Amino acid sequence: MKEVLKLKKVSKRYQAKNGEVEALSNINFSVKEGEFVSIIGPSGCGKSTLLSIIAGLEPKTEGDIQIDGNTGYMLQKDSLLEWRSIYENVLFGLEIGHKKTKENEAYVLDLLKKYGLYEFKDKYPTQLSGGMRQRAALIRTLAIKPNILLLDEAFSALDYQTRIMVTNDIFQILKNENITAVIVTHDISEAISMSDRVIVLSKRPATVKSIHNIEFEMDNRNPINCRESPKFSKYFDTIWKELDVHA
Amino acid sequence: MREKNISEDRKKYLRKVKKGKIAVIVTQLLILLLFIIGWEILANQGIIDSFITSQPSRILNTFLNLSSNGLLEHLGVTLTETLIGFISGVLLGIAIAICLWWSPFLSKVSEPYLVVLNSLPKVALGPVIIIWVGAGMGAIITMGLAISLIVTVLEILNGFLNTDKELIKMAQTFGASKLQTLTKIVIPANIATFFNSLKVNIGLSLVGVITGEFLVSKAGLRIFDCLRWSGIPTRLSYDRCDYSSHYGCRYL
Repeated sequence: MKEVLKLKKVSKRYQAKNGEVEALSNINFSVKEGEFVSIIGPSGCGKSTLLSIIAGLEPKTEGDIQIDGNTGYMLQKDSLLEWRSIYENVLFGLEIGHKKTKENEAYVLDLLKKYGLYEFKDKYPTQLSGGMRQRAALIRTLAIKPNILLLDEAFSALDYQTRIMVTNDIFQILKNENITAVIVTHDISEAISMSDRVIVLSKRPATVKSIHNIEFEMDNRNPINCRESPKFSKYFDTIWKELDVHA
Repeated sequence: MREKNISEDRKKYLRKVKKGKIAVIVTQLLILLLFIIGWEILANQGIIDSFITSQPSRILNTFLNLSSNGLLEHLGVTLTETLIGFISGVLLGIAIAICLWWSPFLSKVSEPYLVVLNSLPKVALGPVIIIWVGAGMGAIITMGLAISLIVTVLEILNGFLNTDKELIKMAQTFGASKLQTLTKIVIPANIATFFNSLKVNIGLSLVGVITGEFLVSKAGLRIFDCLRWSGIPTRLSYDRCDYSSHYGCRYL
């Protein structure tokens, strides 16, 4: 399969008032089409920065990033605009990009129907549950037809049960739409349950410490059923040790 | 909530909410009524001097004779001045706040000036305003503007700067320009701020206009005020009022 995202020797240094901060140092990895890759690391190691750089929201200091296609971005909060209906919210990205054509609107309506939000399209965000809001946020991103989705702690604002359900939900949608995903998270179980590979970053300045291939021998693997596999806890232990967390 | 499945408890709860609302309004009206009745009685008993504070029945009388005593005309003048001051204050305030939001440089440069201008007693500028704008409606509106403008700018700018950063980042992930961020995120997210500022502003504009009228006017509520004060309740003496205005001017 072809590689849709490739990072070569990417570094990032911040200029702060009290000196230079090296956030990322010599990051190399690539992501294949349709693959789900999680990036995990100690808090404050710069994993969100890495995602912002891939999305082009922040400049990199050195290195090279190759992207085949276009990226969508999902943040921790759903950031739905309270003054817009769900339908107006999911059209937001198209509106910003001046791509609100009849064709695209029809596509958005299709997505809403497919993922059970069609009846709620005229409701306002406060009238929806956390899971539905997150799904609406996903549709807003899918509306601009990205082939790579970057998820920045996209589920960590949700409570535990909702998070498990939403993770599963979004996993299915992304597989369904054949979208490549790069997920930044601090949650080891979430990383293992969703990904084909887990990239472990070191403390600041972040470098790639190790890359784990996650494989479960089961049909129709999804983020919920893979948790029952005995391999799940093995992966968990390995990554936990590598993260080397000290309270 | 579906209407048809309302339980007894729910009905009780709804009744309680409704009762609570009614109780607040009734109490508010009662306080107003007590105040007016108390005022009338105290004035009638001579405990408070109705020459200085007037009394409800006299005020009512004045209002009933609106056309003959010229109150309507004065009311109109003050209202017009207040509205012009208010609307221009709000529009100008929003425009300046947008400029300051747009350019952090401008915002930083102007910060100490805004703080100083805000704490300046604007009434003290009265004489200067009269010299610059001339003693007329212009000066009164300028006074109204002077009092409300800086507060508007500070309040709206504060609202703009405190817009949820997550929303702005979300817009940026879709490649929003600065103008799009302003029109599609920052302004709609601050509708509540606008309304708050409007509420404060209409009051401030009125204060400004009354102060302005006090200094220069030939017509308006303040003049009417001072006429009543001078003990000539019905026949308006403009001379008398001019005297009082000039006196005010010289005094300052």
